[in-house]
Amino acid sequence: MPDIQIDDYFKNYPDELGHFGPYGGRFVGETLMGAIYELEEAYKQYKNDPNFQAEMDKDLADFVGRPSPIYHAENWTKKLGGAQIYLKREDLNHTGAHKVNNTIGQALLAKRMGKTRIIAETGAGQHGVATATVAARLGMECVVYMGAEDVERQAMNVYRMKLLGAEVVPVQSGSKTLKDALNEALRDWVTNVDDTFYIIGTVAGPHPYPAMVRDFQSVIGREARQQMINTTGKLPDTLVACIGGGSNAIGLFYPFIEDESVAMIGVEGAGHGLQTGQHSAPLSAGTPGVLHGNRTYLIQDTAGQITETHSISAGLDYPGVGPEHAWLKDIGRAQYVTVTDTEALDAFHELTRTEGIIPALETSHALAYVSKLAPTMSADQSILINVSGRGDKDMHTVAAMAGLNF
Amino acid sequence: MSRIKECFKNLQADGQTALIPYVTAGDPEPWVTVPLLHALVDAGADIIELGVPFSDPMSDGPVIQKACERALKNDVTLDSILDMVKQFREKNNHTPIVLMGYANPLEAMGYEKFAKKAQAVGVDGVLTVDMPPEESDEFLRLMDVNDIDTIFLVAPTTSAQRMQKIAQYAKGFIYYVSIKGVTGAAALEINEVTAKLEEIRKYTSLPVGVGFGIRDGRSAAAVAEVADAVVVGSTLVRCIEEHSNRPQELPAAVASLLAEMRHAINARDLASVSA
Repeated sequence: MPDIQIDDYFKNYPDELGHFGPYGGRFVGETLMGAIYELEEAYKQYKNDPNFQAEMDKDLADFVGRPSPIYHAENWTKKLGGAQIYLKREDLNHTGAHKVNNTIGQALLAKRMGKTRIIAETGAGQHGVATATVAARLGMECVVYMGAEDVERQAMNVYRMKLLGAEVVPVQSGSKTLKDALNEALRDWVTNVDDTFYIIGTVAGPHPYPAMVRDFQSVIGREARQQMINTTGKLPDTLVACIGGGSNAIGLFYPFIEDESVAMIGVEGAGHGLQTGQHSAPLSAGTPGVLHGNRTYLIQDTAGQITETHSISAGLDYPGVGPEHAWLKDIGRAQYVTVTDTEALDAFHELTRTEGIIPALETSHALAYVSKLAPTMSADQSILINVSGRGDKDMHTVAAMAGLNF
Repeated sequence: MSRIKECFKNLQADGQTALIPYVTAGDPEPWVTVPLLHALVDAGADIIELGVPFSDPMSDGPVIQKACERALKNDVTLDSILDMVKQFREKNNHTPIVLMGYANPLEAMGYEKFAKKAQAVGVDGVLTVDMPPEESDEFLRLMDVNDIDTIFLVAPTTSAQRMQKIAQYAKGFIYYVSIKGVTGAAALEINEVTAKLEEIRKYTSLPVGVGFGIRDGRSAAAVAEVADAVVVGSTLVRCIEEHSNRPQELPAAVASLLAEMRHAINARDLASVSA
């Protein structure tokens, strides 16, 4: 395990070229290199610009509804009989998930860079909806790429994006899911690089995306850290979040990284079970490689071809993961575990019935792990879970599992 | 002297432009590739770009994406492609072979193992589209010690500063991507290409090839007017796709398409020599 000084973490990662140890970097075709340097320059400039920050803070407060509360899930805590469970309520954000924290930031950046057209990829549709939402508000043209299979699975979100004025392009290539939508968005960007801003929805892609998306999502952890201190008088013992690309998890984890007493656990989708090969857990069952602009853990075969993934939750159904998570795993600062489709579904029902909160299926993976973890901890300890999104979008999937059809 | 260097030296002595066809290895079936490569050489190919298929070819348009899918369906791997090159070399020891593809299959094999194997079977160059100079240090070192030329792309969006850097890293030749877009997308603008090539030549004495957007004899001849090499890919791969259910006829069909471009380029080269 690489031996690094955790208390220098913020200063050291990523390095100038966007590396987190061996991970991250900029692996894109030459045509895009100019555009990602232009983006990096703009981001560096506006990151510390008080006017930009003020505009963003105002949008996060008045348009998104931040700060999102933390909620002490007392019924569930009692039922599990262990650690105190707190929920960071990103499900209460406008558009129903954490995704909008990032799209607001990137869209404001796009506007300042003079870009007139926005493109995005989406899996479950949450990032697509959050992008279409900010594009509508800023009066920008918006094109969202979505795997043809996901277009079928998430018809409601497709309609929402269309209502918001976005064009939704079903992607027919490859496995017709999120990774193919990302390929297609990159192809669009390379073709329309002069006027187009690509809003990537997770902490993946070439540098500066993983660091930039992390910074925009870190509002989650900054708020939560203060809220936990205010409410409980101390830091939480353990943070838990689900991981697809990893943006909600890094958003929660990042402000706590140098607090070494706080354990951080990312929960990947084990799908039908890791041993079946049908999962979406690159950190737990993958190997390092290069995809979509960065080096990270991937689900791939021995010849380096990306293989098909599976998860009940479209938002986790991705063969890669943000490069910073790969590094946090290697240095042992965060732990990564998995939960199957069935366990996630059970947790979905559990939280719904115990606390009156219907979580997204992605979030349900984090909940399922907590239902195993909490009883092993004591009542004076606490777990903070990022409730990354609400479950409205998953009604069809959950109903279909119960044999119902709307 | 490397095969690539020697090839350009001979062509330049005769006032000729290099013709570089691209085909995806193992498309539509693995056994087709070696006979196809020989047919391409017979039809006038000077250098061959052999595509290493990847599941997520993000710089390629639909034509080459589908070629990758067809090849991968047949379980073509970097290992089996190196075997194809070995087989090709049994009958041809002069035509340079450049492997073109994405970083991940090379990472999976390991750069060092790849470089050694590639050199042993007679690969001359490698072009990794998603590995810019910024990420290439270790890769370049290993290719260099194993005498594999590292070919880099320059795009319409490449700044003068980057061109300078790329020129330092590049070996063999420089590949100018003539359009903003994916492979096979649009027709190139010859005036823009001319201006950009002049700029590139300020920084390098390597030959400069042009690819993306060359579809027929006419556009090939127009590019030959200004470039040292003409690269043609999607047009040939489309022909492979059309013949994918009768692969026996495929090498001849693709070769005749390439021969047409060869004739157009030769006519241009001849005219420019006599003028």
